[in-house]
Amino acid sequence: MADLTTNFLGITTPNPFWLASAPPTDKEYNVRRAFEAGWGGVVWKTLGEDGPPIVNVNGPRYGAVWGADRRLLALNNIELITDRPLQTNLDEIARVKKDYPDRAIIVSLMVPCTEESWKSILPRVAATGADGIELNFGCPHGMSERGMGSAVGQVPEYIEMVTRWCKENYDKPVIVKLTPNITDIRYPARAALAGGADAVSLINTVSSITSVDLDDFCPEPAIDGKGSHGGLCGPAVKPMALNMVAEIARDAQTAGMPISGIGGVTTWRDAAEFMALGAGNVQVCTAAMTYGFKVVQEMISGLSDWMDRKGYESTEAFIGKAVPNVTDWQYLNLNFVTKARIDQDKCIKCGRCYAACEDTSHQAIWMKEGRVFEVNDAECVACNLCVNVCPVEDCITMERMQAGETDPRTGTVVSDDYANWTMHPNNPGACAAE
Amino acid sequence: MAHTIRTPGIVAGRLAADVLAENFSDLHPPLDPHEAHVAADRCYFCHDAPCITACPTDIDIPLFIRQIATDTPLAAAKTILEQNILGGMCARVCPTETLCEEACVRELAEGKPVEIGRLQRFATDALMAKGPQPFSRAAATGKSVAVVGAGPAGLACAHRLAMHGHDVIIYEKRDKPGGLNEYGIASYKTVDGFAQAEVDWLLGIGGIEIRYGQALGRDVTLEALSEAHDAVFLGIGKPGVNRLDGFDLDGIRPAVDFIAELRQADDLATLPVGRQVVVIGGGMTAVDAAVQSRLLGAESVTIVYRRSQAEMPASRYEQDLAASKGVTLMFNAQPVSANGAGAVESVSFEYTAVNGAGLKGTGERFDLPADQVFLAIGQTLVDAPDDLSRDGGALATDPHHRASLANVWAGGDCSAEGEDLTVTAVAQGRDAAEAIHTSLMGEGGPING
Repeated sequence: MADLTTNFLGITTPNPFWLASAPPTDKEYNVRRAFEAGWGGVVWKTLGEDGPPIVNVNGPRYGAVWGADRRLLALNNIELITDRPLQTNLDEIARVKKDYPDRAIIVSLMVPCTEESWKSILPRVAATGADGIELNFGCPHGMSERGMGSAVGQVPEYIEMVTRWCKENYDKPVIVKLTPNITDIRYPARAALAGGADAVSLINTVSSITSVDLDDFCPEPAIDGKGSHGGLCGPAVKPMALNMVAEIARDAQTAGMPISGIGGVTTWRDAAEFMALGAGNVQVCTAAMTYGFKVVQEMISGLSDWMDRKGYESTEAFIGKAVPNVTDWQYLNLNFVTKARIDQDKCIKCGRCYAACEDTSHQAIWMKEGRVFEVNDAECVACNLCVNVCPVEDCITMERMQAGETDPRTGTVVSDDYANWTMHPNNPGACAAE
Repeated sequence: MAHTIRTPGIVAGRLAADVLAENFSDLHPPLDPHEAHVAADRCYFCHDAPCITACPTDIDIPLFIRQIATDTPLAAAKTILEQNILGGMCARVCPTETLCEEACVRELAEGKPVEIGRLQRFATDALMAKGPQPFSRAAATGKSVAVVGAGPAGLACAHRLAMHGHDVIIYEKRDKPGGLNEYGIASYKTVDGFAQAEVDWLLGIGGIEIRYGQALGRDVTLEALSEAHDAVFLGIGKPGVNRLDGFDLDGIRPAVDFIAELRQADDLATLPVGRQVVVIGGGMTAVDAAVQSRLLGAESVTIVYRRSQAEMPASRYEQDLAASKGVTLMFNAQPVSANGAGAVESVSFEYTAVNGAGLKGTGERFDLPADQVFLAIGQTLVDAPDDLSRDGGALATDPHHRASLANVWAGGDCSAEGEDLTVTAVAQGRDAAEAIHTSLMGEGGPING
């Protein structure tokens, strides 16, 4: 069994699976249970400044998006940061860290954008013995209305400023948690780096309304007939998160900056994908909130099993391995020509490929006598829609045309030379492909 | 309890009331809303779906399933009922395993089709629970149509004619409507008086009058009906039963009579059944009689079919159902004689084999002890006027279900078209109604065939 020990910012944990700052990490009771279940680390639910505790709504805090069989595809929440007294949290953090020295405890923080506020809380956090802090610049609801959370994360200058205050007043690693509710994730990441951040973590939740009650015309979750946007998390946000992680990993300015990957990690495979795109570890919330802490056992065994199959002895061996393959569209090889192929033995004759291609794509699938579906290469642009809508795995595949063959759609001979848009004659700015 | 499963002879009360109630409960209990969602989600919404082609009434199955999946079961029901007004009954009694579900691509893919029948029941139950049938009558045409027989074909025809604004009088031989839905289907397939409730609901459209105790050839004649109405539809089924020469001992009776008696029984504990039951035949009637004999408490029940298992008209699903209830299935054996003094005591059979041109006895014989024997060897057309052309043992009709006399149409089991299934009868009744409507309203008035 592969060793999953992961070193992130000098913090060594038995596996790369941490619980994200969220309800599962709100208090000692939960965190102890999480560690007993096998989680490698936790980011303690965000602490605010000392004083009267935060007040939450007393109606529903979560909305949901369901798939088939009521599978939870996404959660949306309007919960705020911890609503328990600061000192209570700090005492609990110290106790748990003492009992679990081999696990990571990172303390998430969110206080007003004044140096005084940060200066006052940081020494108290340091006193707990926690392994580091995570600056919550991501929460898109409630706290953002008070100038915190994503209100900071959406202004790179604030990110840099607050990060710098923290680095100046705290000795251990500082992770900056980014909001996805922004146009280009690279700018806040660069700002964090400029402020001296040891790492970024992303994504926080996506501003969202999950559904509308069509009887009383109120967004969910409804609080006395009104609703407010919440933050979306869970499997539905993973593709957006993967892209943002990749953008930071391959940006010239931020390449190499440690990343903690967050956003819909539900299985070991999700974790491996985030890590392949440059995340040094992952943080999980919705999967635990859906299935309980035990779900980490599948993540541990699955990642280990995959590493064994691939021959990776440590997580470092594959972290970032997909980053060089993330590129701009303009560099994609236009001489890579594929055609859809339908395996007639696997085909169950549902005709979804036909309907999709005929109605919405390129009329490149024939429906023949006896519900036999075949690809018309002269029309197939290899869009992949038939593959995507086919209910049978590996029934439709994309096969590459070999160099020297003539593409019946374009009438041109397939070349095995690499040629992209920057070299294409139709591109007014093309440079000659020498 | 006066009797047990081992009491000799044909007696009632072999099983306790609670066991009987359990035995005759719904064969396929209704899906609850969550189950329906899960089942509906399995539908792939196929292009030009094979299930639609396989349905004799051409219900748009992928559409109604998607309507269930998106929380509009009443819309789903309307999709079903527009094609098949007896969609509720068909959801219960259709041999879906040889129709829509056999054609389902998930049957091909996994051997587990989408549960189309149960989903259809979910939708139609939901609509019927809400209230009246959802169709309305067009403006009155002033035309009047006689429908003979209040079975599935006649009811479907009458409803569609009523929708078109025609006045319909149904002439029904028995004192209850429903035909085989009421008298001829295993009890556990349609519990809680569903057949009558469905007819009441269907008649809610208005414009349909049912006259009971009106048998064709006895109380009314085709000639008189043709004179009194603008068109006549015959949905008279095949109420005659085939008999076997020499099988006249006490304890021997047609299976359809037993099934009808069981369906009409107020208290199953009063219904007598043999200890050792033999059913001769291989269709759904044989299975229904055999299974219900077991469920009533017969100790042993054997179906004997003269051809091979592969040729048995009852589907494999029905065969497995019978086997699961403890019915023994024997193939390739034909009855030779019923033996006994007064009452039947045993039946002698001879094994068969296909020999040259046809099925022949092999000469090897065996006896099965029996105190009750049900004959399920086919039904016949009776009561139809002789001047209507026949096709085999049924009425000849053209593709529009028009019979050989002017302004007479026919559908359901009495017609030579299609399989003898409820759903086929509904399709033919509906299509005949459309043909009648076209004929009555066409330019130049009625078209005489």
